[in-house]
Amino acid sequence: MPDPTATAKPPRYLDAVNAALADEMRADGSVIALGVDIGRGGGAYGVTRGLFEEFGADRVIDTPIAEAGVLGAAVGAAMAGQRPVAEVMYMDFVTVCLDPIVNQAAKLRYMTGGGVTVPIVFRTQTGGGRSGGAQHSQSLEGILAHIPGLDVYCPSDARDAYDLLVAAIRADHPVCFVENRRLYGKRADGWEREALPPGRARLVREGADLTIVTWGRMVPESIAALDALPDVAADLIDLRTLAPLDVDTVVESVRRTGRCLVVHEAVERFGPGGELISKVAEGALFDLDGPILRHGARPTPVPYSPGLEAAMLPDSEGIGAAIARTLEG
Amino acid sequence: MGRDRPNGTRPIHSFEMPAEDEDLKIEPASAPPDPETLRERLRTMARIRAFEEQVGRQFREGNVHGFVHTSIGQEAVAAGSCGVLDRDDFITTTHRGHGHCLAKGADPEPMMAELFGRETGTCHGRGGSMHLADASLGILGANGIVGAGVPIAVGAALAARREQAGRVALAFFGEGAVHCGAFHEGMVLAVAWQAPVVFICENNHYAEFTPSTGAWGGPGLLERASAYGVPALRVEGNDVGKVEAAVRAAVNSARAGAGPAFLEMLTYRMGGHYEGDAEPYRVEGEREEWAERDPIAAVDATLAAAGQDGVAKALLEEARQEMEAAVRNALAAPYPEPEAVMEYVGA
Repeated sequence: MPDPTATAKPPRYLDAVNAALADEMRADGSVIALGVDIGRGGGAYGVTRGLFEEFGADRVIDTPIAEAGVLGAAVGAAMAGQRPVAEVMYMDFVTVCLDPIVNQAAKLRYMTGGGVTVPIVFRTQTGGGRSGGAQHSQSLEGILAHIPGLDVYCPSDARDAYDLLVAAIRADHPVCFVENRRLYGKRADGWEREALPPGRARLVREGADLTIVTWGRMVPESIAALDALPDVAADLIDLRTLAPLDVDTVVESVRRTGRCLVVHEAVERFGPGGELISKVAEGALFDLDGPILRHGARPTPVPYSPGLEAAMLPDSEGIGAAIARTLEG
Repeated sequence: MGRDRPNGTRPIHSFEMPAEDEDLKIEPASAPPDPETLRERLRTMARIRAFEEQVGRQFREGNVHGFVHTSIGQEAVAAGSCGVLDRDDFITTTHRGHGHCLAKGADPEPMMAELFGRETGTCHGRGGSMHLADASLGILGANGIVGAGVPIAVGAALAARREQAGRVALAFFGEGAVHCGAFHEGMVLAVAWQAPVVFICENNHYAEFTPSTGAWGGPGLLERASAYGVPALRVEGNDVGKVEAAVRAAVNSARAGAGPAFLEMLTYRMGGHYEGDAEPYRVEGEREEWAERDPIAAVDATLAAAGQDGVAKALLEEARQEMEAAVRNALAAPYPEPEAVMEYVGA
């Protein structure tokens, strides 16, 4: 764990990811990291810097650009006793290596009747809003959370990035660990906070007017939206993990507030918001004072031109408008 | 390794590619297996044959569910390859993987129960024929996705390399798998990592319904493997002695840290792609031709020439009784409780 007292400033999100990897690799010799550019290059965003120097080429493995092969190999290594952390450089690239994730890692324990375990972490990152274009900006966590057998963690701050990655590496099942590159430079707020396990949502703010359910970068974005609406008091719930999903915390909150808005960076169409709204309806329908709304990206490929991209992605202003609609409904 | 062709063309034919006499780095051990080893391999082959015969019968009876793919005619590849492995070596296999599992030491009784969907099955009825696996024997799974086992074997070999205990991984796959990305990426990684993995390409002449001969353009199997820097050799896959010699050479080389190898095993799928396949695509006369090269009969003839008569008949009889017992026990075994449907979900 990074020692915040050692430096003047608390650790950034990317320092926390780095520290979780380093700490777990120090603690457990079977933890290996592999992926494109993660070794000597230190990762596309510098997240794995220093690991190659400390743990060597045997444990921090620079791979060819062969994601399907690399992830397949990670599955094999996991069954053969290693604890691989395999990086998919951009979340969009999971589409070129879905078989090892979806058909192999997610299903092997089940298909073998518990005969094998696949302790593997698929680390990836997303983050629209930087003109990455349509193939470097998507939020596809809903696709992964749809697959039985996969955990999906989406930390929104440095503290959770550390705690959830440690938990992911220690888990005996496959975990998709989704970082957000636009949070990488953000320093920890409340680093001294106690660790929460996966499957436990965090109540970021409390308020009686409505419940906002979100994760990842939409947590700070929702905070900004609320800061701009001083008259609105909301329960702001950071789910932290989509699978396992903390339905109880959400339903309990909606029963109190009577209104619910789900916010996510993924496009709305068949997105994770649909699942969440269904769960809220099942658990709190008769406590509702208005329709449950969702606010996500518009159903287009992520555009390149900054103005178009801003029009497509949810932001604090759009969240503010969605809050207003939720309160009117 | 390319040869000059008139007009710079290459034949669209998979079997006119480099032969064994070309510049290949694997030197198969020259001594044929001794009679005792041959007999042991014949026992394995007989058990595979008897298991597969029962699977076909039980599928027709309705006791085996879903789809099932058998490997009659290909027994020598499984027996010869796994015969040189230790218990803690790894294999990955395919949708046609019963033989490899049996040869690696899997017990036919829970295997049959698995195919019957019973709780006593190898995977408690959760996997079925295409997902047989037994980690305690290094069997990292049959696979329903063509080619998927190739990188998995490479990863197991990577783990083995780290442990430095001399373990190896064998990836079994068909000649139909060499077109898919997983195969090529697996080869790339095996070379990059010098992983102790042996690629066993079982060329049974059919990729599902499509005859492989003439089905693709470009270089053949050995040339493709060689292009990645993997030593490659074609082996008479219905000759268990030759299979074993080639695999032993490749495995020893991998154990010694010399990296991967590729072996093309020429064999023949005597049955359909799956049980119940009407096989309208089968090339006429071909099956009869290959029946003359039956791998079990071949060993039987070798043993007879050495003065041991009727060995195959006796071993097949013994194996058929064993498999009948496996069927009886599977039929008597319970199905999993429906309430247990959520058990074993990974996360």
